[in-house]
Amino acid sequence: MSTLEISDLHVEVAVDGGAKEILRGVDLTIRAGETHAIMGPNGSGKSTLAYAIAGHPKYTITRGTVTLDAGDGIKQDVLAMTVDERARAGLFLAMQYPVEVPGVSTANFLRSAATAVRGEAPKLRTWVKEVKQAMSDLDIDPDFADRNVNEGFSGGEKKRHEVLQLALLKPKIAILDETDSGLDVDALRVVSEGVNRFKESGDVGVLLITHYTRILNHITPDVVHVFAGGRVVESGGPELADELEAEGYVKYAGVADAAAASATV
Amino acid sequence: MTSAEVAGLALELKGAKEGQGEVPAASAGERFTSYDVDAFEVPGGREENWRFTPLRRLRGLHDGSAPLSGVAVVEIAGAGEGVTVERATRDDARVGEGGVPADRVAAQAWSAAPDVTIVTLDGDPAPLDITVTGPGAGAAAAAHLQVRTRPNASATVVLTHLGSGALADNLEVVLADGSRLTLVVTDEWLDDAVHVGAQHLSLGRDTTLKVISVALGGDLVRISPTVTFRGPGGDVELVGLGYADAGQHLEQRLLVDHAVPNCRSNVLYKNALQGDGAHTVWIGDVLIRAAAENTETFEFNRNLVLTERARADSVPNLEIETGEITGAGHASATGRFDDEQLFYLQSRGIPEDVARRLVVRGFFGEILSRLPLPELRERLEAAIEAELAVTGA
Ligand SMILES: Nc1ncnc2c1ncn2[C@@H]1O[C@H](COP(=O)(O)OP(=O)(O)O)[C@@H](O)[C@H]1O
Ligand SMILES: [Mg+2]
Repeated sequence: MSTLEISDLHVEVAVDGGAKEILRGVDLTIRAGETHAIMGPNGSGKSTLAYAIAGHPKYTITRGTVTLDAGDGIKQDVLAMTVDERARAGLFLAMQYPVEVPGVSTANFLRSAATAVRGEAPKLRTWVKEVKQAMSDLDIDPDFADRNVNEGFSGGEKKRHEVLQLALLKPKIAILDETDSGLDVDALRVVSEGVNRFKESGDVGVLLITHYTRILNHITPDVVHVFAGGRVVESGGPELADELEAEGYVKYAGVADAAAASATV
Repeated sequence: MTSAEVAGLALELKGAKEGQGEVPAASAGERFTSYDVDAFEVPGGREENWRFTPLRRLRGLHDGSAPLSGVAVVEIAGAGEGVTVERATRDDARVGEGGVPADRVAAQAWSAAPDVTIVTLDGDPAPLDITVTGPGAGAAAAAHLQVRTRPNASATVVLTHLGSGALADNLEVVLADGSRLTLVVTDEWLDDAVHVGAQHLSLGRDTTLKVISVALGGDLVRISPTVTFRGPGGDVELVGLGYADAGQHLEQRLLVDHAVPNCRSNVLYKNALQGDGAHTVWIGDVLIRAAAENTETFEFNRNLVLTERARADSVPNLEIETGEITGAGHASATGRFDDEQLFYLQSRGIPEDVARRLVVRGFFGEILSRLPLPELRERLEAAIEAELAVTGA
């Protein structure tokens, strides 16, 4: 069974005149078959957690561990891997702000990614079919294949394109960073269906980062974590999301401040 | 005197007045030309047309110290029906029809070249291969080639530069009325080579010239194409790509001189740079003289900087002396392949070297897709892949 285990994770970014600690001891374990939702106010460090797991060079890990068991019982040290090794090991990050890559067509990009992740180039005939199907599942116009990666895509198109990659790359653990933000009702449904198809496709785990509860009406989480001040401050069942919906994050503001104060000693 | 607004301008030039434009330090219209090498000062490096070129690496091509005693061999393959090849002398009446040297190296090459190879194309000949091989490491040579069409001919020529050593040369292309020529020029030199070339491209009435340049090899390659129109209805497309790796200097200096009405020019050059000290220079001068009514001209330069400590200089100049033009635009953009793009591609499992290759391939695709012969396109794509492999890209 695939498992992503995050333990006591501390992360800094370089800022003018030094380093700023953003994650202050995150503990989280996601097993295949589980969907975890992370909810928290803006600026609480949710994207930082996602980027740190994926290996973005801007974020420095100062303490803690991240391991991935891809289902073979071997705990791999994620933090020792390059960005591309992490992806090939079975991690996937749907980004909050997908990056435009001028000069590279989406078709070419998808095929290169699939080739890298699968360890061999997919057979052309079945590949074309597979991409077509995946695109139609997500209501993506086939013309997108010829367009440069994310270039000139609307916010919603970018998010769908992220879920398209999720469908084609078939990771073990997927982290979805605000994949719901900027989507209208129809797009939210299409994207959620895509995520649910992925969940049902096999032995996979999902970490769903979101600011709002509305996506949780489409994708049911097993566990909900409240994130504040760079760490998980409360965990519970789906009912916790309803509570947040009703009361907001006010209750956790103090926790965040306390964490921040203790960090700036 | 108030000048009229120019119609037909692309967005970035909107509102320009007649006679305006980004007038270069010295107007391209007043450029000095001569066959006499001594009529040119020895460049010191500050001159407008030499300031980007590292003179020390020119092996003396610019100051007369290069012996020019080597031989650059010009070989022609596939010369069947409709192709005439002659070895002429400099005083042949046809020599110089393409244009006159505009810098000291071109003038030096003009007088030093042992002969002039004149290739005349008539009718609809099969694609012709011309190969120029450098004089060899440590040697320097001058060469002179003229490619001319007969009226209404339609032809394709592939001119390949190979080998090592230093070469100063003149290439004249003279299109007779109603003819069409597609010319591919490649610089596939070995690492030591230095090539300083002048291209004199002269278009007759109702002609079409397509030039596709591919600059890959060499230590220093500086090519200066000048386009002139002898009659209305000329249509020229100049596209090029350059791939500069560590320490390599690639320079393209274009002048399109619109002096007659109803002509079109379209210029697109793309350079990718990778490695310490990689340097590309692109100068694109377009001059629309007062008589050149209904001119349509677009020139674009795009550069992709793949690593730190590589430099792309780009200077587009458009001088407009008439208000009666159909369309004009010029732009240059230099982009960096940045950490965010690399992270995005890597986060999908794509290793760094493959990611860079993907980006370069995509960037050059627009130029490579214009190559006329499938085998040639494949060969050059492979050559670019090989370049990328060498630099560990
Ligand atoms: N690269 C960075 N440089 C400087 N500050 C950053 C950087 N990334 C994140 N931060 C800061 O870290 C905090 C958390 O950001 P983020 O992880 O994006 O939060 P969230 O995704 O929860 O909104 C914010 O205060 C943000 O400004
Ligand atoms: Mg965020």
